[in-house]
Amino acid sequence: MALMKVKFDLKKRVKLAQTVWFMYWFSVMAGVLLLTMGLFFKIELRKRSELMDNNESHFLPNLLIGVGLIASGMNAFGGKICYDSLDPSKFVKWKPMLKPFLISCVGFNGLLLLTAMLCFLMRIPLQFTLAEGLKNGMKYYKDTDTPGRCYMKRTLDTMQMEFRCCGNDNYRDWFVIQWVSNRYLDFSAKEVKDRIGSNVDGQYLMDGVPFSCCNPASPRPCIQLQMTNNSAHYSYDHYTEELNVWKRGCREALLSYYGGMMNTIGALVMLVTLVQVAVTVGLQYVNTSLSTLANPEDPESESEGWILEKTVKETFTDIMDKMKAMGKGNQVEEGGEAPVATVS
Amino acid sequence: MVLMKITFPLQRRVRLAQGLWLLSWLSVLSGGFLFCLGVYLKTELIRRAEIMDYTDIHVVPNILMMVGLASIGTNWFASRVCQDSLDATRFPRWKPFLLGWFAMAVVLCSLLLAAMVLCFALQGHLEETIKVGLRNGIRFYRDTDVPGRCFQKETIDRLQMELRCCGNNNYRDWFEVQWISNRYLDFTSKEVKDRVRSNVDGRYLLDGVPFSCCNPASPRPCLHTQLLDRNAHYNFELQTEELNLYNRGCRQALVEYYMGLMNRIGPGVLSVIFMQASVFVSLRYLQTATEGAMALENPEDDSEGYLLEKSIPETIEDCKSQVLTLLKLGPVDPGDAEAPAEDKGAADAATSG
Repeated sequence: MALMKVKFDLKKRVKLAQTVWFMYWFSVMAGVLLLTMGLFFKIELRKRSELMDNNESHFLPNLLIGVGLIASGMNAFGGKICYDSLDPSKFVKWKPMLKPFLISCVGFNGLLLLTAMLCFLMRIPLQFTLAEGLKNGMKYYKDTDTPGRCYMKRTLDTMQMEFRCCGNDNYRDWFVIQWVSNRYLDFSAKEVKDRIGSNVDGQYLMDGVPFSCCNPASPRPCIQLQMTNNSAHYSYDHYTEELNVWKRGCREALLSYYGGMMNTIGALVMLVTLVQVAVTVGLQYVNTSLSTLANPEDPESESEGWILEKTVKETFTDIMDKMKAMGKGNQVEEGGEAPVATVS
Repeated sequence: MVLMKITFPLQRRVRLAQGLWLLSWLSVLSGGFLFCLGVYLKTELIRRAEIMDYTDIHVVPNILMMVGLASIGTNWFASRVCQDSLDATRFPRWKPFLLGWFAMAVVLCSLLLAAMVLCFALQGHLEETIKVGLRNGIRFYRDTDVPGRCFQKETIDRLQMELRCCGNNNYRDWFEVQWISNRYLDFTSKEVKDRVRSNVDGRYLLDGVPFSCCNPASPRPCLHTQLLDRNAHYNFELQTEELNLYNRGCRQALVEYYMGLMNRIGPGVLSVIFMQASVFVSLRYLQTATEGAMALENPEDDSEGYLLEKSIPETIEDCKSQVLTLLKLGPVDPGDAEAPAEDKGAADAATSG
């Protein structure tokens, strides 16, 4: 018994072909949309690859780009088939290709579904990459004279201003590293010598943050140096000051930014998958309705269309049997001629 | 003698109608595009409304939005006209509206040209309003507790960070203004008392700038306090340090930003004017060719299309005499019956001449 059988007369077939053709053009645009999203995601990752130690995985955007290209191509091809299906003479040349094409469509839909799930799951490796990258980035903040790292300061400053964040987890991360280059420290001054002597690594540590951590919404001009010393500033208590510097850490800020982007892309890929499934089903109906004409010579005769010739269980057992037969056939072929004769 | 006569066989008329239909739909899209440009420009101006004192410059985006909407309507009308132009029964009902349509198209194109001229003419005005707005913003920077001015600090800080500028003309503008609120000054300390006494108005002036003037591209962590004191910072010379703070003034930055915006919008507006003009010309040809064809015995014969029935000087003469007769008829109407008859004869003579 066929799965979801529908009766078709000429008018219904024409309408079906036109609808599926229209849907194919829509899904070509959806394929282009996938491609654009993949490109956009790739560019966004590249823009901040310095902050991720150039270690970020471009697997997902590359997959999106590839899937988008394949989707556009397959849907354009499918649209052409639908367009020709209204003309029996043209449709004849496509007939042998239809079954393999439909099977590859089903396979492609599975790939799309996998891509959508990856979009939601790739957040986790990204989190670790970001944490590592930001920690190293802050270490190289002062190295504006080292080739290869001289832009780290600008990148970090612009990132902190853009994303309204400070440090890795919070602003105190800046207290534990030296972010002022030795070129600008007067080693003959007592203050500098004290600070350097106060820790094992001989680093100039201070309770200050770069200017890019400052919050413009603060009612008071920004206090970025001597932050933990309440007596250094009039009417200042660093425990209660909330608006002075950004409270959020940059890892959390970047992760929520990229996470949001990936969630949106994942949702869109799901929608595109649904559209793809719909056009595959439509093409299958077009195919079956044109192959089961009651009177093959008369184009106006009635026909039937379905998704699967037998029920799902029967189709599944059929496929398993065919695969077993193929496997047995391969085994026996290696044996010799006589066993081949018995199998056939 | 007719102006720019072209012969139109039936096939060419059909092609003209189809081409014009496509062109008028493209013009509808360009009208929508114009509207979006106007909205974009207006939002950009509103975003910085806090530092702009007068709103005269808003006339440019307002014109663009109005003309955009109007051109969507007129071009949709043109597409309906040319859809019906091939059908002799449906075309006559559009005839009375066509003169009005041509007048409307002329008005729209001239409004767009006026908007483009205004773009450039108002530049001086724009600069003046930005200068005043910035001056006030810098003066009220510290008043974060005064209602109505409490957002000036955030506005100016964000402006300086976004546009990479500092102060009105340059960073020294901050040296002449007290930008730290009295709430955060310890009036018992000697330093504060010295500074306040050092000037006539009793303001706390210092040689420092807010953090938003800092340039992230500087290789050195930003120095924005005690800028004029040579000994305050190790190995720092204010005159030679180019990357420490932004060198550009915000007035120049803003004017450049808005002028750049208007220069980018300029070509778009020009292309819309060009498209509208071509729809105008094509519709006139279509109108005259179709009317000529309808007057013929065999509607499918060749007909002639032209821009003006007579040459330009003759058409101007015609219009002048029509207007004069209208004016003459007006005051004479309440008078005796003979005079209107006389004038009617004169008008007939004028129109036939």
